[in-house]
Amino acid sequence: MEELISKLKGEIIEVLNLEDVQPSDIDAEAPLFGEGLGLDSIDALELIVLLEKNYGLKIEDPKDGKKVFFSVKSMAEYILANKK
Amino acid sequence: MIDTCITAYCVINDNKIVINGETYFKDNESQDFNEFIKAAYRFSNINYLKFFKMDRLCKLGFVVADLLIKQTAILEKYDSKNISIVFSNRASSLDTDREHQQSINDRNNYFPSPSVFVYTLPNIVTGEISIRHKIYGENIFFISNQFDEKLLYNYINTLFSSSSTDCCIAGWIDIDKNSYKAIIYIIEKSTNNSKDIIFDTENLKKLYIKN
Repeated sequence: MEELISKLKGEIIEVLNLEDVQPSDIDAEAPLFGEGLGLDSIDALELIVLLEKNYGLKIEDPKDGKKVFFSVKSMAEYILANKK
Repeated sequence: MIDTCITAYCVINDNKIVINGETYFKDNESQDFNEFIKAAYRFSNINYLKFFKMDRLCKLGFVVADLLIKQTAILEKYDSKNISIVFSNRASSLDTDREHQQSINDRNNYFPSPSVFVYTLPNIVTGEISIRHKIYGENIFFISNQFDEKLLYNYINTLFSSSSTDCCIAGWIDIDKNSYKAIIYIIEKSTNNSKDIIFDTENLKKLYIKN
C-alpha cells in the first residue's frame, strides 16, 4: 500500500504538472480537491485517464469518482481492490 | 473619434523581456522557450499554480500580460468591466494542436490528455488572463498571416467609441515550434503624459518591427 501511494504521488505530480510540489508535500489522506493542491475539473479528468492508462481501470459510474478521487489513499485503495 | 494613446508596452522575444524600451529580464542560460518562460515566471514572482498546466502560447501571453498589468496598475485605475483584451497571432494554437494530434495518433494507445485538449484554442489565453485578473470587458483573439496593425487599430477604435471600453490590452502573441514573439500594448484614452505614444497604425507597426 505504501509503495503504491508513493508511486501514485509521483504520477499525479507528473500528469498534473504540479511543478512546485514534492511527493512529501502531499498528505495521502488529505482531500485532493477543494483545498491543498488546488485541483480543478480538468485535473479530475486527467486523474481518470491516469487510472485507465496506468492501471487499466475505468470509472464507469460518475458517483464513484467522488469517493475514488477523494485522496491519494482512496485512489490506492480503489486500485488494490479492482486491479485485474 | 476618441483620442487614444499607447501608455506602455512589453515585448518577449529571443530570451528577453523588454518593458517600455528597457530590458526587464534577459536569460542567456535557457536553451529553449520552455526553460526561458519558466525562468521569467519565477523571476517575476508570478505566483499562480495553474501556470504550469498552461500550454506554451498561454504561458507566453500570461506572462507578458501579467507584467504589463502590474507595471501600469490599470486594475486600480479602471473598472474591470471596462478593460478589453484584443490579441492576434499567426499560428493560432497550432503548437498545441500538434501535440494533441500526436497523443491521439496511436489507436492502440489512445489516451488523449484532457488538459492538452482544453488548450487547443488561442482564446484560452484571453480567458486565463481574464480569470487571473478578474477582467470582465470585451475580449477577442484574431488570427492573421502577419501582424495586422490596421485590423488592431480599427477594432480597438471601435471598442473605444462604441462600447464601455476605457482601456485595452492588445497586441500579438505568437509561438510555433522554436519561434516565438509577444508584444502587448496598453491603450488608454489620452492622459497628456509626455511619454505616451499616439495610438495609430504607424506606431503599432513601428514598435512591432523595432522589437
